[in-house]
Amino acid sequence: MSSSPQPVHAPPRAPIGFFRRYIFSTDHKVIGLQYYFLSLVAVTVGVVLSLLMRFHLVWPRAHMPFVSGGVMRPEQYLALMTMHGTIMVFFVLTTAPLGAFGNYFLPIQIGAPDMAFPRLNMMSFWLTLVAFGCMLSVFVVRGGAPISGWTAYPPLSGLGSITGPGEGMGQTMWIVSIGIFCFASLLASINFISTTIEMRAPGMHLMRMPLTVWAWFVTAVMSLLAFGALLAALIMLVLDRSAGTSFFIPYGLVVNGELQVGRSGGWPLLWEHLFWFFGHPEVYIAILPGMGITSHIISNFSRKPVFGYRAMAGTLCAIGFLGFLLWGHHMFVSGMNPYSSLAFSALTLSIGVPSAVKTFNWLGTMWGGKIHFDTPMLFSIGFISFFVTGGLSGIFLAQPALDNMLHATYYVVAHFHLVMAVAAIFGIFSATYYWFPKMFGKMMNDTLGKLHFWLTFVGAYCIFMPMHFVGLYGGIRRYSDFTGADYLVALRPLHMFMTIAAFATAAAQLIFFYNFFKSLASGAKAPENPWRGTTLEWATASPPPIDNFAGHFPHVFRGPYEYSVPGAREDFSPQHLPPSEVAGTAEGAPNV
Amino acid sequence: MSDTAIAERAGIGASVTGRNGGGFGGNGNGSGGNSGASHTPQRAYVTGMVIALSGIAMFFMALISAAVVRRGSPSGDWRPLIVSGWLARILWLNTLVLLGSSATMLHARSRARAGDETGFRQWWIVTSALGVCFLAGQLLAWRQLVAAGLYLATNPSSSFFYLITAAHGVHLAGGIIALLVVAFRPARRMARGTAVEIASMYWHAMDAIWMFLFFFLISGGRS
Repeated sequence: MSSSPQPVHAPPRAPIGFFRRYIFSTDHKVIGLQYYFLSLVAVTVGVVLSLLMRFHLVWPRAHMPFVSGGVMRPEQYLALMTMHGTIMVFFVLTTAPLGAFGNYFLPIQIGAPDMAFPRLNMMSFWLTLVAFGCMLSVFVVRGGAPISGWTAYPPLSGLGSITGPGEGMGQTMWIVSIGIFCFASLLASINFISTTIEMRAPGMHLMRMPLTVWAWFVTAVMSLLAFGALLAALIMLVLDRSAGTSFFIPYGLVVNGELQVGRSGGWPLLWEHLFWFFGHPEVYIAILPGMGITSHIISNFSRKPVFGYRAMAGTLCAIGFLGFLLWGHHMFVSGMNPYSSLAFSALTLSIGVPSAVKTFNWLGTMWGGKIHFDTPMLFSIGFISFFVTGGLSGIFLAQPALDNMLHATYYVVAHFHLVMAVAAIFGIFSATYYWFPKMFGKMMNDTLGKLHFWLTFVGAYCIFMPMHFVGLYGGIRRYSDFTGADYLVALRPLHMFMTIAAFATAAAQLIFFYNFFKSLASGAKAPENPWRGTTLEWATASPPPIDNFAGHFPHVFRGPYEYSVPGAREDFSPQHLPPSEVAGTAEGAPNV
Repeated sequence: MSDTAIAERAGIGASVTGRNGGGFGGNGNGSGGNSGASHTPQRAYVTGMVIALSGIAMFFMALISAAVVRRGSPSGDWRPLIVSGWLARILWLNTLVLLGSSATMLHARSRARAGDETGFRQWWIVTSALGVCFLAGQLLAWRQLVAAGLYLATNPSSSFFYLITAAHGVHLAGGIIALLVVAFRPARRMARGTAVEIASMYWHAMDAIWMFLFFFLISGGRS
C-alpha cells in the first residue's frame, strides 16, 4: 500500500554544497522559491514606480527623489508608467502564480517527484532572471527607460531615440528583455504541460486533479500558444528599428519635424494585432492560476467539495479557449473595421458566461459550509470580490460605442487593475498564506495576516473605485499633468484621495513583509497538514523532502475535494489514503 | 500496489523504445531501476517534443499571418517578389534536398532497428550533411536576391522572405546540432532510442514547415 512505512526505493539525497542546493538547483521546489523571491523583488520595484506616479499626479511641481532634475518631466512619467506595467505584468503577474506556485506545487499535487525536465526548468528560471536584469538595466542606460507603454506600440517604439529619450537604448533593452522572457516562458510551458500529461501518480485521473493543476495546465497551454506570437512581433520590431524595414512604420511619417525616409508604408495595426493576440491571453495567464487557487482554498476552508468540479475544470478550458478570440477588444478605437469590432464585442461578452459559472460555483461551494475565516480564505474571498467588481466594468468596456468614450480614460485603468492586477495579487497572497507552512515548514501569524487582508482589501477599493468616476468624468489616462484643463483640475480631490490610499495600502504591505520574514525566522513549526486538506501536498512533510514523498510513490484513490463525506472518519478524506483508512468503521490510526 | 507502479513507470521507457524501434536498448534510467537520478518516463520526452513543436508552429503561424495581413495593408506598397530563374531553381533544389534528408533519416532509423549501428550512424550523418547543404542553398538564394537588388528593407515582400527563411534556417541549424549530439554524445537521462525519436520528430517537422513556407513564398507574390 502506498502508506506502507518502507520506502519503495532509497530516497535521493539533496545535493551537497550551497550552490548546487540553493542556486543552480534542478529541484522544482527550489526553482519555485527562486521565482517567488524574484517576483517579490519585482513587485517592490513596481509598487515604488506606481507610488512615484501617484505622487506626481497630485503634486506635479514637487521635487522628488530618484528623478533627475528634481521635477518630473512628462517623458519621465511615461517611462515610469511603461516600467510599472512591464514589470508588474511580466515579472509579477506571470512569474509568481505560474512560475513560483506552479513550479512548487504542480508536481507535488499530481504525486510526481519533480518536473518532467528538471534542467530545462532551471534554464527557464535563469533566463527569466537574465530578462529581469535586462529590464532593470533600462534605468541606467543612456536616455533612460522607454516611454511607449507595456504594449510598445509602433511607430513610437519603432524608430529609435528620435521619438523620445528612452526610445533608443532603453527600448532596445526592453525588447531584448521581453524576448528572453518569451523564450523562458515557452520552455517553462513545455515543462508544465509535459509534467501534467506524463508524470501523474497512479490513480490521478484528469478528473481527480486539483483545480489548481487544471488552472496551471490551461495557463501553460495559453503561454505556449501566445508567447510565440509575441516573439515573432518583437523580431519584426527589432528589424524596423535597426534594419530600416517597414513592417509597422508607415510611409511619410514626420517625427519632430523630420521626415522618416525609406519607409514604404508599414501598418501599426499589424503590431497591435500581433501584440494583443499575445496580450489578451496574457491577461488570462495572470488570472487563471488565481482562479484555481481560489477554488482550492474555498473548498478547503468551507469544508465542502467544490460545487460543480467538472464545470470548474470545463470553464477553465473555455476561458482559455475564448481568451484567444478576444484580442480585438483592445483595438476598438484603433480604426479597425467596425464589423470586426462587433464580432470581438460579442465574443468578449460571451466570456462572461464561464466567468459567471465560476463565480456562482465559488459561492455555491461556500453556501452552507462550515467556513473557517483563516487568512488564506479571506484573500480568496477578496479575489472573488475584485474579480466580480472588475469583471462588471469589463461588460461596459466590451461595447464598442462605450469603449469609444472610455478607452483613453482612467475607467480602463480602474477596470484592468481590479480584474487583472488586484485580483491576481489576492490570488498570490492567498496562495502564500495557504502554502507558506508547506514551503517553509513554519506557520505565518494569522492575526497579522488578517490585519494585512483588511487594510489591503479596503485600501485597494479606495484606490480603484474612485478611479472609475475619474474616468467617467473624462479623466484622461497616461497624462502626467492635468493642471492645464479646468475640468481635469476639478478631479484633483479624487486623485488626492487615491494617492493617499495608494501610499497607505503600500505601507500595509510592510505588515506582510514583516510577517513573512518573521515567520520564516521564528514562526511556529508547521505540521504536515495544518489546514486539514485532502490533496497530495498535505500527504508529505513540511517542507517536502527532495523527491517530495521520501521514496514513496503516492497512489490516488479519490477526487481532490472530498470534504465532509458522510460516514467518513474525518471531515476530510485525503486523496492518497485507501478506502479502508478513511471509512468511519475501519480500525487504525488516523492519518494526521 | 507500489510495485505495480514502479513496473509501470519502468516499463514506459522500454515500451516507447520498442514501439518506435529505436533499436538501442535504453541506457537511460527509464528502463532500469529508478536510481533517483531521474524519474521522467521516456514517453515524456516525446510528449515534450510534440508540445514544443506546437509552440514553434504558432511562431511560424504568426509570421505567416503577419505577411498575409501586411500584403493586404491599405498602403498598397507590397511589390510581389517573383520567384523565377536561378532563385526558383535553387529553392526547388533546396526543397528536394530537405525532402531527401527526411528520407535518409527514415533509412537511418530502419538501419537502427536492424541493429546496424554503423549504418545508422552513416545515414544519420548523411541526413545532417543534407541539412547543411540546405542551409548553404538558402544562403545562395539570398545571394540571388542581393544580386537582383532585393535587400532586407527593399520591400515588405523581400523583408518577409528574408525573415521567414532566416527563422526557419535558425530552427534547422538547431536541428543539425541536435542530430550531431545524438550521433556522437549519448544523453545521460534519455534513452538513445528516445533521443533518436525526438530528434527525427523535430527534423521531419522542420521539413514539413519548410514545405508550407516554400509554397507560401513562391505563391505569395502572384495572388
